[in-house]
Amino acid sequence: MMERVYNPVFVKELKLRFRSFKSFSGLMFYLAVLCVFIVGFLLVTTEFTGRGFFKPDISFIMFAVLSIVQMALVLFITPSLTAGAISSERERQTLPILLTTTQSSTQIIIGKLLSSVAFLVLMLIAGLPLYSLVFLFGGVAPSQVVSIFLFYLVTVLAIGSIGVMFSTITKRTIVAMIATYGSIIFLGGITAFFFFLTIAFHGMTAAVGNSWMSYFWAAINPGALMLTLISPEMGEGLTEVSGVSLPVWVTYLIVYSLIIVFSLTIAIRKLRANMKNNR
Amino acid sequence: MIEIRDLTKKYGSFTALDHLNLTLTEGTVFGFVGANGAGKSTTFSILATLLSPTTGDAFINGKSIIKEPTEVRKQIGYMPDFFGVYDQLKVDEYLDFYGASYGIPSAERKLLIPQLLELVNLTTKRYEYVDLLSRGMKQRLCLARALIHDPNVLILDEPASGLDPRARVEMRDILRHLKTMGKTILISSHILPELAEMCDEIGVIDNGKLIAHGNVAAIQAQLQGEKRIAIKVTEKLVEVRAFLEEDPLISAIDVVENRLEIVFNYRGTDAEQVALLKKAVMADLPIYAVSEEEKDLEDVFMAITKGADSP
Ligand SMILES: Nc1ncnc2c1ncn2[C@@H]1O[C@H](COP(=O)(O)OP(=O)(O)O)[C@@H](O)[C@H]1O
Ligand SMILES: [Mg+2]
Repeated sequence: MMERVYNPVFVKELKLRFRSFKSFSGLMFYLAVLCVFIVGFLLVTTEFTGRGFFKPDISFIMFAVLSIVQMALVLFITPSLTAGAISSERERQTLPILLTTTQSSTQIIIGKLLSSVAFLVLMLIAGLPLYSLVFLFGGVAPSQVVSIFLFYLVTVLAIGSIGVMFSTITKRTIVAMIATYGSIIFLGGITAFFFFLTIAFHGMTAAVGNSWMSYFWAAINPGALMLTLISPEMGEGLTEVSGVSLPVWVTYLIVYSLIIVFSLTIAIRKLRANMKNNR
Repeated sequence: MIEIRDLTKKYGSFTALDHLNLTLTEGTVFGFVGANGAGKSTTFSILATLLSPTTGDAFINGKSIIKEPTEVRKQIGYMPDFFGVYDQLKVDEYLDFYGASYGIPSAERKLLIPQLLELVNLTTKRYEYVDLLSRGMKQRLCLARALIHDPNVLILDEPASGLDPRARVEMRDILRHLKTMGKTILISSHILPELAEMCDEIGVIDNGKLIAHGNVAAIQAQLQGEKRIAIKVTEKLVEVRAFLEEDPLISAIDVVENRLEIVFNYRGTDAEQVALLKKAVMADLPIYAVSEEEKDLEDVFMAITKGADSP
């Protein structure tokens, strides 16, 4: 039974990952950024209140900002973990040998993706103790934290799939890396720009009815998703401007699942691109 | 059993392989010889299911490389001409990874790894990092890796290239051993003599075409055409030379005066050669020895590839 679920690439990748200095320094960087942020936040807010205590609503603000900072970090780190998945094997001339083993293309791609995701999950878990500060001061429901972590996972899987796809279809890691960061800039930045553009346009033309377009741009933006998850009022605000009442997370989940399926399908198809018959 | 049928590979308009046909029976050690760029690696990549042929097909033990690539992968062990290793992995982890990649259960892998390391003389390196091994060791490790799923066909692309003479000898001894295990071995080289001694059959490829195929002696005969014959006389060098010059099948006569020896190229058949010798004896020429000079394979190879190269 164990042998059936055993994915050699997954196991090997994790082993290599934990042995490399890059992963260690990546993890340290992540934790350092979170710490610096939290300490800075505490210093600034206690300064404001003048006394050494911390109110639940400030704790909530900290939670909100922390969640967004963490999402940004995840977005920033995922490409560096996944964009080399296949192309680095190609560059190191280990790919042909891997492709002559009896592992299916699906197995190889999934193993590569999951090993990166596993590492990122570990990273998120390593950051959890810092979150506990938030609970200490109150103001946030644990269920909220759970849903936020689930959406980190969805986002990591989607960005990771995009990275693995670019890694498979481009020859060089650096190109795959640039393309993956490009996708993130699109999802995290350009969508926001389009959102404001379509909102402004909608307002200007004084059109009646729903602005599905502006809703869509907001709904696929990880930042917007975080905001609506953190505070329901944000979601209501979006419903007011766009006229669409579908919760953002539903659309986000659908679109990102599609991204995962699409990217992985391309990667699996293209892994053995020089063979006509591949799976 | 390996069957290559009309294999053609085009890169754009460039034809790297041109209707290659080849059948090898089980247990054959086949030497694939050709200059750089002749198409050896292309052929082997296709057999290893890494590359689709433009047209044609190949069968490894009856399985088509196009229709049943996974089945083919189970049957072959492939060693590319250039390959890398994962740094940060130890020798036994390296083999364990590939063993797992072939679906070999963990318990079996544990038994297999020491045996393979023994076979390729790397037992002492079991717990060292692969990227710290010498080139010759990496090459042998890669061979062990190609053997992990006990394939009955081995496809080795220039396994001895870049090795020093000692490492070559080691590699050759291992290959000899594998031959006694009954494996079908395809081995390519751009150096012919390196292969001749251990191969049952040799195929010569040039510009994507198989220009000769057979056992080593047959290839030599097929390719040589002309023999180089040396005769020794006790005296009368000038007369013997004059006698030889009359025969239209003889050319390039060289007289080595201090050794009383004459060397010449002969294009005739064996029967014609008998007649020639008879005639010489009748003419009372003092010939006491006749021998055929071995042209070494390298010369033959140079001659044929030069011939086929011209557009
Ligand atoms: N991917 C490729 N694209 C274009 N031409 C190629 C490619 N791979 C090989 N070739 C050409 O095909 C010919 C045969 O190459 P190869 O099979 O590697 O030769 P060998 O292994 O005998 O040295 C060479 O002329 C080479 O330049
Ligand atoms: Mg080659």
